[in-house]
Amino acid sequence: MSDKTDITLIINGQSHAIRVESRRTLADAIREDCGQTGTHIGCEHGVCGACTVLVNGEPVRACLMFAQQADGKQIRTVEGLANGDEMHPMQRAFMENHGLQCGFCTPGFLMLAVGVLEREPDISDRDLVDVLSSNLCRCTGYQNIIKAVRAAAVEMRQS
Amino acid sequence: MTVHTKGSGTTWVGRSIRRLEDPALVTGRGRFTADMPATHWVRFVRSSVAAGTIENITAPERAGIVTAKDLAKLKPIRPMLSKFNYVAVGQPILADGVVRFTGESIAAVYAPSKDQAEDIADQVEVEISEGAPLIDAMDALAEGAPLVHADTKHNVIVEGRIATPGFEDVWKTAHKVLHVEARSHRQNATPMETRAGHAAYDGSTGRVTLTCTTQMPHLTRTAVCDILGIPESDLRVVAPDVGGGFGQKMSLAPEYVLLVWLARKLRSSVAWTEDRRENLIASFHSRDQHVQLEGAFDKSGKLLALRGDIVANIGAYSCFPTTCGVEPLMALAELPGPYDVRAYDCRSRGVMTNTCPMAPYRGVSRPVITFVLERLMDKAAAAFGIEPTELRRRNLIDKFPYTSATGLVFDDGSYKETMEMAIKAIDLDAFRKRQKIARDAGRYLGIGFATFSERTGYGSPAFAARGMEITPGFETVYLTIDPSGFVEARIGSSPHGQGLRTSLAQIIADEIGIDPEFIKVVHGDTDRSPYGWGTFASRSLVLSGGASLLAAQKIRAKLLKMASHFLEAAPEDITLQSGSAHVIGTDRSVTIASMARAAYHQTHIFKGEIEPGLTETGTYDPSGTFSNACHVAIVEVDIETGRVEMEKFLVVEDAGLIINPMIADGQVHGGVAQGIGNALLEEIIYDETGNILTSTLADFLPPTTHEIPEIELHHVETLTGNSITKAKGLGEGGAIGAPAAVISAINDALSPFGISIDEMPATPQRIRAALRSSGKLPSNGKLA
Repeated sequence: MSDKTDITLIINGQSHAIRVESRRTLADAIREDCGQTGTHIGCEHGVCGACTVLVNGEPVRACLMFAQQADGKQIRTVEGLANGDEMHPMQRAFMENHGLQCGFCTPGFLMLAVGVLEREPDISDRDLVDVLSSNLCRCTGYQNIIKAVRAAAVEMRQS
Repeated sequence: MTVHTKGSGTTWVGRSIRRLEDPALVTGRGRFTADMPATHWVRFVRSSVAAGTIENITAPERAGIVTAKDLAKLKPIRPMLSKFNYVAVGQPILADGVVRFTGESIAAVYAPSKDQAEDIADQVEVEISEGAPLIDAMDALAEGAPLVHADTKHNVIVEGRIATPGFEDVWKTAHKVLHVEARSHRQNATPMETRAGHAAYDGSTGRVTLTCTTQMPHLTRTAVCDILGIPESDLRVVAPDVGGGFGQKMSLAPEYVLLVWLARKLRSSVAWTEDRRENLIASFHSRDQHVQLEGAFDKSGKLLALRGDIVANIGAYSCFPTTCGVEPLMALAELPGPYDVRAYDCRSRGVMTNTCPMAPYRGVSRPVITFVLERLMDKAAAAFGIEPTELRRRNLIDKFPYTSATGLVFDDGSYKETMEMAIKAIDLDAFRKRQKIARDAGRYLGIGFATFSERTGYGSPAFAARGMEITPGFETVYLTIDPSGFVEARIGSSPHGQGLRTSLAQIIADEIGIDPEFIKVVHGDTDRSPYGWGTFASRSLVLSGGASLLAAQKIRAKLLKMASHFLEAAPEDITLQSGSAHVIGTDRSVTIASMARAAYHQTHIFKGEIEPGLTETGTYDPSGTFSNACHVAIVEVDIETGRVEMEKFLVVEDAGLIINPMIADGQVHGGVAQGIGNALLEEIIYDETGNILTSTLADFLPPTTHEIPEIELHHVETLTGNSITKAKGLGEGGAIGAPAAVISAINDALSPFGISIDEMPATPQRIRAALRSSGKLPSNGKLA
């Protein structure tokens, strides 16, 4: 398994030239080869969604994608959500609505919600709950995650 | 700017301020154990069989590998109880000749990367001569069953009995006797962050820093050092951001001991991140119990006596520090719940099997015993032909302090009030009408009530009653205003998602007149925080909150004395608010920051009347307090598929004074969601060979947004004298009541079939099996 390939991951606009084995997952490459540890790994089998990032605007589970598959694509992670010191409306909404407790699943939920709302700003409340069922949270009982995403959706539509 | 003054009605306590923890966590700047780089990565080679003898271990040439023979000088993990016929058994750090459960670590390999370590681990060959595994506790109890530990006489290693005098005489007077035989299947707490450890050796001092996902940093330090035989000063344990624990991370992971040993051997840094499969099969399990419960009632439906028999499957080893007594003994002491019953006879046993060790999980036994007791109450209500809530009304305790048949002292609570509020809020009468209309249309709606107590914030006396060699209890807080004027509270608790930094800052802010944003709460680092017990058992707000208040009161007194000197006014005429000391009714004031500076740099001005520095210590060790709540679930059961749809969940809870309502609500939400998962979905399933069939999150199913309905919350605040902040704990209550309410609602929905679902989780398969056995399934839309 020692054959390595040169690839470039463009994470939050910054290029990372890295050498990876073909089996390297995108999640491991983001965290270990590019040092962006805000993306978390919860199950490595595509169920929990903690590792959700945006690849060319689409939410994907970074544990189910090989790093090579993301070569040259635009990747967005939680580290890229805020604009300098100004937080993204989704980040603010999670804080204001207590949408997080331990914070481990939070980056995945933030990226999932941002990705979906950017694609579908007028998504119905019902469909939003459906989309949010993609990811697991063990602390919040989802009540305040749903509340936060709905609040952010309103703000994102207005801006 | 709003002025916040203690007692002015604009206190920080009681307000839903934003959490101080959040900015880092929403921006990806949280620091979790798995984020740290290391020189060596460890992978554990785990047993693929449940019972057997290790014949041979073969590793690839030049592989870095550790086996039990390398660890011969290490002591086993062997927690102790001095009561309840406890038999101490030892757990080796790596299996030493014998394997006792699937997933037990046999060897540890290390390599420069995770991938390489995994590759090497895959090439390690382990020959095991397989034995016959014991999986179910009932089999392990049987006469002549093989022994999980050869050095014990039988597989029962802890056994307690409480029998009140004259029990049989009371029993004989019963008008009706109801019986429940219940089964709670095995579950896994499943924090979203799996366990992880990182041990780094410092060549200059010879110390190791163990960063790990623990709820108990100090106990981890004590345990690891005892096992390795090294001074505690040679080990620093850090719990950085921890991604949920729910009890699973309070017990000592043998893996951490290995990491520290290996870091010392290699004089380097070594790390391990558990994968989800390891977490599901080999971390810790819970709630695997068989419970028999009988209740004797008089003519009026008053509960006279309870007789119980509890068998807890505690797995292959005894967890540190609580011991495996934690489930059976909790069940024994708390089985009577919030009901007034004077006669009690119960036996509770912890039985070893060839399964993953049991450890505390949110609620510890109380989700199980509440479910069983509430089944009994529902059955009794049906036998008396009254509403389940009416039967509870006749039995709930309402005079305080109340001393239970098991000797527990309940402080002021609102057991009846919360239930009455819940009945009103859910509109029980309207539901019964709706339920009837739905039934006539072939739809099965049900409502379930659970009333329960949640023992919280207990100090050392409560744990001492269990005879624990290690008796948790007190908490200490070091509170400092440093020369910069900022405040640091160093605490022994170790929160991991509970928002305790924010809640404690609110408590301290009110006392010393400094806003929470200037108060830093430091935890999870044995080099920085006082020796404490960590965060578990709904204790931290009561204990660390109490200790924070005590320390803050001392700082307040000192600040007032200093201000008196500066302002030439009597201390009682001075108030502390928004960072300054003010003489009431005047415009004379001095900032706390300038007084703090003087406390260190201008001490001569106090002429020896005030001691230098601004650090105070608070220690709190109370007897404990009981929160209480009433949970209500409304469900619809699809009788064709056995699927349960959660329509609504309602909670009326009383945890005393609420420090931060937003955080308190969040704790209840999360607990209820876990309880719903426990009730409907979550089950660790072993096959008969001891192999786990539920080793992914596609098989072991925590609930998603689909399964959790809207949770409506109401609060009652009964102020107790048992907590100096008046706050009670509430971290576990959600998980304690929800399973009982959900399963009660399912049974209510299915009452026309004359069946009783007395198993948890109530999966579609179990519901369908019960419906089929009723012989009343409709063939053409009507009940047979």
